[in-house]
Amino acid sequence: MAEINRDEVAHLARLAHIDMTDDELGRMAGELAVIVDSIRSISEVAGDDVPATSHPIPLSNVFRDDVVGQTLTNEEALLGAPDDADGRFRVPAILDGE
Amino acid sequence: MTDLIHLSADALAQKLASKEVSAVEVTRAHLDRIGAVDGAINAFLHVNTDEALLVAAGVDRARADDEALHPLAGVPIAVKDLIVTRGQPTTAGSRMLEGWQSPYDATVVRKLRAARMPILGKTNLDEFAMGSSTEHSAYGPTRNPWDLDRIPGGSGGGSAAAVAAFEAPLALGTDTGGSIRQPGAVTGTVGVKPTYGGVSRYGAIAMASSLDQIGPVSRTVLDSALLHEVIGGHDPQDSTSLTDPVGALVEAARRGEVEGMRIGVIRELQGEGYQAGVLARFHESLDLLRSAGAEIVEVSCPNFRYALGAYYLIMPSEASSNLAKYDGVRFGLRVVPDGAPTIERVMGATRAAGFGDEVKRRIILGTYALSAGYYDAYYGSAQQVRTLIQRDFAAAFEQADVLISPTAPTTAFRLGEKLGDPLAMYLNDVATIPANLAGVPGLSLPGGLADEDGLPVGVQLLAPARQDARLYRVGAVLEALLEETWGGPLLARAPHIEETTEVGSR
Amino acid sequence: MTAVTGEIISFEEAIQKYDPVLGFEVHVELNTKTKMFSSAPNAFGDVPNTNVTPVDLGLPGVLPVVNGVAVESAIKIGLALNCSIAEKCYFARKNYFYPDTPKNFQTSQYEDPIAYDGSIDIELADGTVFTVEIERAHMEEDAGKLTHMGGSTGRIQGAEYSLVDYNRAGVPLIEIVTKPIEGAGARAPELAKAYVAVIREIVKNLGVSDARMERGNVRCDANVSLRPHGREQFGTRTETKNVNSLRAVEHAVRYEIQRHAAVLDTGTPILQETRHWHEDTRSTTSGRPKSDADDYRYFPEPDLVPVVTNEAWIAKLRAELPEPPAERRKRLQADWEYSDAEFRDVVNAGVMSSIEDTVAAGVSASVARKWWMGEISRRARLAELEPAELGVTPELIVELQGLIDAGRINDKLSRDVLDGVLAGEGTPTEVVEQRGLAVVSDDGPLLEAIDGALAAQPDVAEKIRGGKIQAVGAIVGGVMKATRGQADAGRVRELILQRLGVEG
Ligand SMILES: [Mg+2]
Ligand SMILES: [Zn+2]
Repeated sequence: MAEINRDEVAHLARLAHIDMTDDELGRMAGELAVIVDSIRSISEVAGDDVPATSHPIPLSNVFRDDVVGQTLTNEEALLGAPDDADGRFRVPAILDGE
Repeated sequence: MTDLIHLSADALAQKLASKEVSAVEVTRAHLDRIGAVDGAINAFLHVNTDEALLVAAGVDRARADDEALHPLAGVPIAVKDLIVTRGQPTTAGSRMLEGWQSPYDATVVRKLRAARMPILGKTNLDEFAMGSSTEHSAYGPTRNPWDLDRIPGGSGGGSAAAVAAFEAPLALGTDTGGSIRQPGAVTGTVGVKPTYGGVSRYGAIAMASSLDQIGPVSRTVLDSALLHEVIGGHDPQDSTSLTDPVGALVEAARRGEVEGMRIGVIRELQGEGYQAGVLARFHESLDLLRSAGAEIVEVSCPNFRYALGAYYLIMPSEASSNLAKYDGVRFGLRVVPDGAPTIERVMGATRAAGFGDEVKRRIILGTYALSAGYYDAYYGSAQQVRTLIQRDFAAAFEQADVLISPTAPTTAFRLGEKLGDPLAMYLNDVATIPANLAGVPGLSLPGGLADEDGLPVGVQLLAPARQDARLYRVGAVLEALLEETWGGPLLARAPHIEETTEVGSR
Repeated sequence: MTAVTGEIISFEEAIQKYDPVLGFEVHVELNTKTKMFSSAPNAFGDVPNTNVTPVDLGLPGVLPVVNGVAVESAIKIGLALNCSIAEKCYFARKNYFYPDTPKNFQTSQYEDPIAYDGSIDIELADGTVFTVEIERAHMEEDAGKLTHMGGSTGRIQGAEYSLVDYNRAGVPLIEIVTKPIEGAGARAPELAKAYVAVIREIVKNLGVSDARMERGNVRCDANVSLRPHGREQFGTRTETKNVNSLRAVEHAVRYEIQRHAAVLDTGTPILQETRHWHEDTRSTTSGRPKSDADDYRYFPEPDLVPVVTNEAWIAKLRAELPEPPAERRKRLQADWEYSDAEFRDVVNAGVMSSIEDTVAAGVSASVARKWWMGEISRRARLAELEPAELGVTPELIVELQGLIDAGRINDKLSRDVLDGVLAGEGTPTEVVEQRGLAVVSDDGPLLEAIDGALAAQPDVAEKIRGGKIQAVGAIVGGVMKATRGQADAGRVRELILQRLGVEG
């Protein structure tokens, strides 16, 4: 398995949308290397015949009736918005202006 | 008046029912206590004075009119600030949600309101419940009432400390890897993680969805049972909510019976890494249970040694996805870097500023475990280990009705002691994590004080899924036997907290 | 990177050199009353951010709950596409950041879709049938709607800021993914259009979607790759996003074939990327290249439990399915006794259902076809509407045809009657009376007109007398002209022959 180095952390930070300084990347890489090292053995514990458990208590087919319930008002929806306009959430440009 | 704060929820409920005291008196006594000691403890991030008194006054009026009331009506409660509440801020202990107010109530909060329990306020926690010491709160650490230089456990250190410091008779916590039980252990209080799905998660800010569970925090086993019955039961808004009825938990706690029960000591959850004083108190508890007619057997759960590793793959994986919504678009913090930034850059800057180090560590770790090329080795393997741990539990419950272990390997450590060593911090949860991975219920109750440092030790009981009642049945017996040896509740031996004259400062 | 954008070679040349391979991802919005995972209304066109619950905004603490009707709709679509239905399937999270995605992950399905391994037959205009293999159909949720502001064109490029409306966020989607479609050759664009048309028809016929492409109920991502003839390995594909009309699907596939061929001809490899379709220029432009940021980190959605199906449930849903469109067409063609060409024209004109309704209302299949393919289609073309949108009801056609059969009006007059009815002047019978359009059946005025016509063409009259009965048409024509069409041509013919003393 690949070492978790600074470049790897930089890539993961981009995927996770968290800006990190060079300092942070270095520190995080060091800490994660230790953690990953301690849990690396997990991949060798179970054989292929062991099924995965994604849900601790097995349930199935939990469905909702197709009936309209209470909605938020536009004001309630926008109450916590950092910025809004025309009843909508306002966000900065999605693409870089060229 | 200060006597009211030392009463259990059950005792308060009786005094309220008999009109010996009013709900306003009870609520005000706790608000005053918060005002007096929380400057030192920092258990509360928000105190809900006006609404709590309003609800209490309503209960008093209703009682005067002989309206039918829930037994806990008028008994005040504190709520971990990971659980959303209308009319009060919810921060999750994070800068990300500073000042945010939820437009809806969590299901458990709706139930508290329906029972007319005054909500005293919101309690401190590690940011997004990520930690074992409450030092990762963006709003400063909570201090352990037993020693203000020590941690109250985490993530629910605020709820545990509030109850231990007599600021609230009851509190709600959330437990993903031990965040109710481990704080209970180190503060000398009782905490219960119900069976996964036993209490609705709707409105509990998610860390790891397949592990999170809301549960009661109290000073007695019976009080936890009383609160558990209020908050438990099916909720159609949570797809993982069990349809089973809550069960007769209060009755189990009142009856308390271990005669003929088989109690299994988990071989892997003792020994190396466990403080001597913790093990000494643990073995005393075993002796007491044996003396009360329980059969103590040893069980082995060999895969528990992988539980911590599996947990630190599954939990951050789910968390990395659950915490993606904090992006500065719809609610919460937005940080706009210089220039004319794109939304991508705003998200990156917002998440950099809004999340603390531990949250970032877990998000990055989870992103890693789920990323292309690593999924099978990490996340996939961890889910397989989860199966093995479930099998260990199943085998153990063939041999025992209830399992028992220390709740945490050590007593409360000093503030700052493990902040620089994430891995050492993670080891605090080694005994509590298996229950979350398997979905089974667990209860921690005070087991006495460690000889070497005079700090509380926790004893953990574990039961099969859906058998939460067994925890209360056994817990009540052990609690009674222990209190007999102590000559009263353990918390009666906690040091006096200096009260300040400053009242209701928050 | 996009130096060759805009350079294309002719379609014919491209097809001569290369063999196109197609693939489609069609997103169908279900017409459930509520969203996929919340009880907010699934409605189009309301005030922004009002059809939302805390779940649809992804507020802290919320949890999804699956809409049971949406699951049944998904299964029905799977069955209609001849898919296998999963015995057990999970929802999965697809993680990526975008402001129209409230949780910054889309709840979708990954390893185990609800339906998989299907196929449908696609009939082209000339009757050729292509079988398209379906890889999977899975359940997921729609995103919110972004409006780009401050730029000159309302496009994302050059916009200063964007506004987000989450009303559409969480609307149930079924994504239908084909396996690679090979061997269409020059028919690829036509097949593309026909495939999407069939999907639209199927989901509409099932009643699970409004299937209005102009509203985005059916949206198509079209994958195109080319490979030199004779090569087995697929070329690099591009994915043209959101091609949202049938015509656009055809044009976009055609354009990408031409563009790929031009790029490949220069020896440049195709860049694996998404492309944007522009209706105005009928061309695509480069979107976003595939990158390591496309790591969606799928994992099973822990907040939702699996869907487990059983035979009884599937059988119940199968029994609720309407007749499949292809079988329905086969049945109707046989019932109506149309030739292959006739029937194809009817289908292509989009009047099959109208004919079915009109026949049910009580006219023969040939008469119904005469009306819908003739006069009504003609009017639709002029009005630039679909024939069914003109407001002509089966009952109206039955009444008009009844008047013709009774000899009260003829075909030509019936058009004027139709004008009157559509202008709101009343029923056909009322219009006939009010406009005085009845066929002249009193022989007096007719005989006058016949005498006039015979006098005008004495040579023709002479031929008829001499036994050349076929020549009578010229006289009939004269009479019809003189009566401005208001005569029964059959009766006129009879009277002319009588007048000339010839046996008909
Ligand atoms: Mg797709
Ligand atoms: Zn999709």
